[in-house]
Amino acid sequence: MSTVSTASTTDAVREGDGGNSVVLALSDFWTMTRRELAHWGRQPVQVAVGVVFPVMILLMFGYLIGGGRDVDGDYIDYLVPGTLALTMAFGLESTVIAVTRDLNKGVIDRFRSMPMANGAVLVGRSAADMLQSALSLAVMIGAGYAIGWRTHTTAGGFLGAVGLLLLFRFAMLWIGIHLALVAGKPELVQAVQILVWPVGFLSNAIATPRSMPDWLGTVVQWNPLSRTATAVRDLTSGVGGEPGHVWAAVLCPLALLAVFFPLALRRFTGLSH
Amino acid sequence: MTDAIVVEDVRKRYGEKAALDGLNLRVGRGTVHGLLGPNGSGKTTAVRILTTLLRPDAGRVQVAGCDVLRQAARVRGRIGLLGQHAALDEELGGRQNLEMFGRLHHLGARRARVRADELLDRFGLTDTGGKQVKRYSGGMRRRLDLAASLITEPEVLFLDEPTTGLDPRGRAEVWASVRSLVGGGTTVLLTTQYLEEADQLADRISVVDRGRVIADGTADELKARTGGDRIDVVLRDSGRLGAAVALLPFAAENVSVDTDRRLFSAPVTNRMSALTQVVRALEAAGIEAEDIALRRPTLDEVFLHLTGRSTETAAQKAAAQEAAAQETAAQQTAAQDAARAGEVV
Repeated sequence: MSTVSTASTTDAVREGDGGNSVVLALSDFWTMTRRELAHWGRQPVQVAVGVVFPVMILLMFGYLIGGGRDVDGDYIDYLVPGTLALTMAFGLESTVIAVTRDLNKGVIDRFRSMPMANGAVLVGRSAADMLQSALSLAVMIGAGYAIGWRTHTTAGGFLGAVGLLLLFRFAMLWIGIHLALVAGKPELVQAVQILVWPVGFLSNAIATPRSMPDWLGTVVQWNPLSRTATAVRDLTSGVGGEPGHVWAAVLCPLALLAVFFPLALRRFTGLSH
Repeated sequence: MTDAIVVEDVRKRYGEKAALDGLNLRVGRGTVHGLLGPNGSGKTTAVRILTTLLRPDAGRVQVAGCDVLRQAARVRGRIGLLGQHAALDEELGGRQNLEMFGRLHHLGARRARVRADELLDRFGLTDTGGKQVKRYSGGMRRRLDLAASLITEPEVLFLDEPTTGLDPRGRAEVWASVRSLVGGGTTVLLTTQYLEEADQLADRISVVDRGRVIADGTADELKARTGGDRIDVVLRDSGRLGAAVALLPFAAENVSVDTDRRLFSAPVTNRMSALTQVVRALEAAGIEAEDIALRRPTLDEVFLHLTGRSTETAAQKAAAQEAAAQETAAQQTAAQDAARAGEVV
């Protein structure tokens, strides 16, 4: 089966009008990315809400609920990197929603009956979600500085932190695509919308594991979200950081991608079976 | 020259249920072929296999001279698909949709834009090209959908129940659009639940049941096999139904009588003379008729003839008859609308 789909992928690209297959595939990727960006233009309010929501979480925990929580240093310095990572994790939800919406519309049949590069639909999704997340990050970092986040780092360290966050988001993206392709039903969206909360908060994003029962602390430290949050703390303010966590924050999302990226691709090309 | 569509002994199972059970079909180039059958007969499965969206379990399928399994990409470059549900991006505008599909057909940005404008113009959508598709009416959406299927002037066009769910006006618009294509040499495979639709649009019709073709021929051939057109007469007094049927001036076999609705229905060969003959005979006998209508056989009647079994359960039958009655009324409006819509296309 996999050999058949590979053959048809290259064939699909070659077929176009005899042009360079790589150029045609890139053109399809760009067309599908433009489609997602055009959606933003049609729904500016939804995009704005998506960007503002994580800021609300940050403010909520910074002023309303949080405070102290057994942190060595300023809680804001601990909280901001945590909520940045949390924002990346919550991106899973918007990916699942968007892919499910597409799958349940007839438009996916038209895409699949056209001579376009296989998987361009998924590339468009990835590009749009990564852009949205980058925008979210920029706004969140701005909000973080506004409420007193202090970073003691080099430009390289800062960019490294942003890179780790986006890498984590990229892993979440492909988990989201895979989940949506496997379930393909709007009911899944509800389940994911509920489940991202406990899974997101079962991490060190908001509170240190030291403030939790031992068993819970162990679970929390295994959460990939915690590893990214810790590494970002390490690379920025140092509060709550643990040296050596940067590699964990690189390898963990890569491991997730190694599993879910091929699974999602196979699922997508095999939709017809 | 080979046929545009060749389907040989194609099978597809979903679990225990065979959706296609040895389907055979040949469609000549430049012709319109109707695939007629009730819900669940395998029409959509067949279209999905022909358009490379679904793999058959067994059998051989060729579209435009290419094998759908081994040359799927070639097939995709040569076909257009109008699915049962609008295959459009509802969030985007009509023009945005057509431009996007044009780019994905690798027309390039400029040609995609020109083509989008041409198609919007041709389908009378220029004024609404900027509007989000989700705000379109059913008929407009279907027209845009059809325009999207025609971006590259496909060799073979698949229309899967193109008018299901449309009002008579929308149906007339789609019919007129399809007719305008046929002259251009496009091969069309059309699935439908309405005999009238196949009759209006198709050169040949295959009747599908339980995943296989149980009859095919021209509309006239099929209708001849199923008793042709019918006349329905509703009397004021149900007690006189027997007397009225006895008066019928032509062969009275295959007459159905429905006492509750005070109705009898008989096959006719010559529509106009049958109508005048019945009216005269009833008048002469002093039997008062409340309503007299000529109509095509319903799909259910065709089925009854071909399979000896109804497409529906008894409970659903009344509803189907009612729908058929609305059909006839709708068709009269549709025919008028079609004449007007013809100018649009």
